[in-house]
Amino acid sequence: MRGERSLFKGLCFAMRPGTLLAVRGVNGSGKTSLLRMMCGLLTPAAGTLKWNDTEIGEAGEEFRAQLIYLGHLNGLKDELNATENLRLSLRVAGIAVNDAEAVAALEWSGLRERRHQPCGTLSQGQRRRVALARLQLSQARPLWILDEPFTALDVASVERTRDLIVNHLAAGGMVALTTHQEVPITAPITATVELGV
Amino acid sequence: MNRPGLLDCMKTVIARDIRIALRRRADVMTSLIFFVIVVSLFPLGIGADPVLLRTLGPGVVWVAALLACMLALGRLFANDHADGTLEQLILSPQPLSLLVLAKTIAHWLTTGLPLVVIAPLLGLQFNLDADALLVLIASLLLGTPTLSLIGAIGAALTLGLRGGGALLALLILPLYIPVLIFGAGAVEATAAALGATAHLSILGALLLCTLVFAPWATALALKIATE
Amino acid sequence: MSSIRWYKYSSPQTFYPLAGRLAPWFGVTAALVALYGLYISFFLAPTDFQQGEAYRIIFIHVPAAWLSMFLYLIMAAWAAIGLAWHTRLSSMMALSIAPTGAVMTFIALWTGALWGKPMWGAWWVWDARLTSELILLFLYLGFMFLHAAIDDPRRADRAAAVIAIVGAINVPIIYFSVKWWNTLHQGASVSLTKSPTMASTMLWGMLIMSVAFWLYSIAAVLTRVRSVILERERNADWVRQLGENA
Repeated sequence: MRGERSLFKGLCFAMRPGTLLAVRGVNGSGKTSLLRMMCGLLTPAAGTLKWNDTEIGEAGEEFRAQLIYLGHLNGLKDELNATENLRLSLRVAGIAVNDAEAVAALEWSGLRERRHQPCGTLSQGQRRRVALARLQLSQARPLWILDEPFTALDVASVERTRDLIVNHLAAGGMVALTTHQEVPITAPITATVELGV
Repeated sequence: MNRPGLLDCMKTVIARDIRIALRRRADVMTSLIFFVIVVSLFPLGIGADPVLLRTLGPGVVWVAALLACMLALGRLFANDHADGTLEQLILSPQPLSLLVLAKTIAHWLTTGLPLVVIAPLLGLQFNLDADALLVLIASLLLGTPTLSLIGAIGAALTLGLRGGGALLALLILPLYIPVLIFGAGAVEATAAALGATAHLSILGALLLCTLVFAPWATALALKIATE
Repeated sequence: MSSIRWYKYSSPQTFYPLAGRLAPWFGVTAALVALYGLYISFFLAPTDFQQGEAYRIIFIHVPAAWLSMFLYLIMAAWAAIGLAWHTRLSSMMALSIAPTGAVMTFIALWTGALWGKPMWGAWWVWDARLTSELILLFLYLGFMFLHAAIDDPRRADRAAAVIAIVGAINVPIIYFSVKWWNTLHQGASVSLTKSPTMASTMLWGMLIMSVAFWLYSIAAVLTRVRSVILERERNADWVRQLGENA
């Protein structure tokens, strides 16, 4: 429910290793809300979400340890530089990375030269790429929930990210994402959820 | 890569917040300066009679500390909420209440602790003697963490709301009253040559109770506020 | 058997007509009991030796104070139930109780002041109980303003529930600290219990008035909850039908 409006109801889906869940719909149809429900950030007015047959509310810490979420907001502190942001936010998420690994990830994102600049001075696209570098270091996490991962990215970055997602799916991971752009992603299993129809 | 444990995560959160506070020194200084200004306003409003000042001193310093703490609380979660760090914190596998405790500790270190350090200097302006000053420091040392912990609940509840600051004040100032009574009371008791041990013990007890309950309530409030 | 029947009324839709039927009964009974209580207060209770006629205001002051504290605990209880079990009606009840509780507190404060002036020559005495009443008023206002500041009703209910529960836990702490503060700073206290044995009629009068206030509160809350239900559920079919039938 948003305010008093019901965004969607009667939704039913399941994800298995290798599934890409594409959530589509116009602006305001509830795509972000659905993804946030999958993370456990939002409680549905009715219905349940389960991870390995346990409700995500009960599974709690175990569930969150298997998940990585990339939302609209990048989750970066303006005052810290890219390396610090990466290492600290990953540690909070339960993934320890050392300096070398962080630099390697930033290299993958094409931001190696800017890794000592405070993130507040980076452009929108550059900040998104720092956030995506987080993803690059989270490949051990099975479930990726990505809200508009390709926004504000240039073509090369879109390609890189697409490859990252494809590799993750091929290795048995699961990805749920929303996007306005048509980015072809080959996946062992693809499911689509259309909202707002 | 090995999995960071709980303590590691908490230390990370504290370190991150302190690092940010050091890079944004203006924010930290503002509440400290506010404290000094408010304390200085009272003699201007009441008169400079030394005896009167000595009687009012403890209460004035304590009320000013309370207000300064409250002023700084807006910072606790608002920035994290705006840049998406807060939701990442909620999604962490570690218990949110302990991460919230870590943030509150960092907040106190950058807000409450400076107050404790400056307070004796202000106490001198009110002609408090050495004993009273010592107890002032002790009472603030025990009291300001409690203020930060209780205030965190209010900050979480009012996250993102219009009229946030005034609403925050309405919510938590009544809850601050016991701490104020025993904190200022401790110093007044010392000035009256009665023991302050009872007051300080109660302050300590309040701190312990708040340590146990407040982070949990704050975590609940954060989840409610970010849904 | 009866537990099944109660359950039926836990939805706003079924509670609405029930509240509508009950409220007038409570209201009328409250008025009758109040009349009896006022009769006792003004005519039966003896003139107090020390305080003269003006003391009679305690027949309003004390019941109002008792109700204000009691209602806060009940409000917090309903709010807690709504928070824990996600029941909408519980949160609506808590929201409906708040204004009545605040009014009781306000009455207690005003009557306290009106009592204080002829007795001790001051409009306001920083007595432990009056000060606690003032703080209780702030707690009520905090609850109501927090709820009003949040647009989403679900978030509003839950956030307000948290502050209500935190407040409820703090009420004893606040009361004891204010009491401590009061005994240190002032000798005198307006304690009613310290006065020489109260005539039993006085006690009886206060009890009757408390019952009257209690009944009134129930009537007020039931009436208010109906408005809250209508507003919250205004998009539901049964509410639309009500509007059509009216």
